[in-house]
Amino acid sequence: MSAKSAVNSLILASALTTALATIAAAAPLSKAEGEAAMAAKKEKCFGVALKGQNDCAAGPGTTCQGTSTVDFQGNAWKFVRGGTCTSIQLPNGGHGSLKPV
Amino acid sequence: MLSEDSIHPQSYAAGFSGALLDPAQMPPAILNDPPAAHLSRRYNIYRNNVIVSLIDALAAIYPAVQRITGVDFFRAMARFHVRACPPRSPLLFEYGRDFPVFIEQYEYARPLPYLADVARLERAWLDAYHAADVEPLPPSAFASLPPDKLADIILTPHPATRIVRSDTSSVTLFAAYRTERDSPSSLQVADREDALVTRPGLDIIVQYLPPGQSTFLEALVSGHPLGQAAAMAFEDSSAFDIAIGIAGMIEAGAFCAIRVGEPQ
Repeated sequence: MSAKSAVNSLILASALTTALATIAAAAPLSKAEGEAAMAAKKEKCFGVALKGQNDCAAGPGTTCQGTSTVDFQGNAWKFVRGGTCTSIQLPNGGHGSLKPV
Repeated sequence: MLSEDSIHPQSYAAGFSGALLDPAQMPPAILNDPPAAHLSRRYNIYRNNVIVSLIDALAAIYPAVQRITGVDFFRAMARFHVRACPPRSPLLFEYGRDFPVFIEQYEYARPLPYLADVARLERAWLDAYHAADVEPLPPSAFASLPPDKLADIILTPHPATRIVRSDTSSVTLFAAYRTERDSPSSLQVADREDALVTRPGLDIIVQYLPPGQSTFLEALVSGHPLGQAAAMAFEDSSAFDIAIGIAGMIEAGAFCAIRVGEPQ
């Protein structure tokens, strides 16, 4: 294609009007109601929205680390079973597992 | 004794740290002058503190990955990564950017094809967390645009905005395992899930993007005008809905500035 295709402004104007109406429909009476409405709209629009997972979240470097005394230097073990992966079902019907392949 | 003019602190530090990440090496010779007792054992304490702190850093950045694999597997995998990719920045929260790619290639993680995708989403989360504070565009900024110029508008991405594409159910898994409280006993994963990460205020929002939306947002983030971005999204998926795409990006606070570009 030589010229890049684009959706024209007329179609975009109509879509923008719909979008702004969708957002305005959630016009808040109070902050809490507004947030609840926004959350509901977000689910409609973009599916699952996750919030409020900021507890102690700045990442590493904020606490004193490295307090045990001698490094385990060996590379002898590479595989340890554990975790929750066995509860995750893959599309082929298999479970994830931490076995070497 | 070392006299002050015989060695600079920086060259001493470089000499001291040379063997920290390689347990096969002898402790640096400068530590054995004068001869020191139990030098290897004492030097191993420093080795340990370096390795453990970097593994802890990875665990802090990738909690969902650690919950999926279990602590022992995670720490073994992280140890290999730390040896293979030592830090390049003194900022610890910058560490571990290569970890998702490492997971992809790690032999024992191959049965978990989604693990690297979950890691990519967790890295995007932390980058959004540390991104600059900027007010996102309010809906009113879009209401006042000249309708005949809409195809040409160009948006500036908010510093926190990240789009994370994934061939696996990374959003579902991120939601299930990111925090301690809600790990399910059984979880079916099937579809590919692209994600949008934004931080319009202080809270980070991670959300699933339906077909076409990730192409739409990626095109806008990389500076394509709105009309082209919408066309690219349609090409990617006939299910793409422009109105939902626009409403979603405004509500998520994905962009922070707007201008009318040259007509295409």
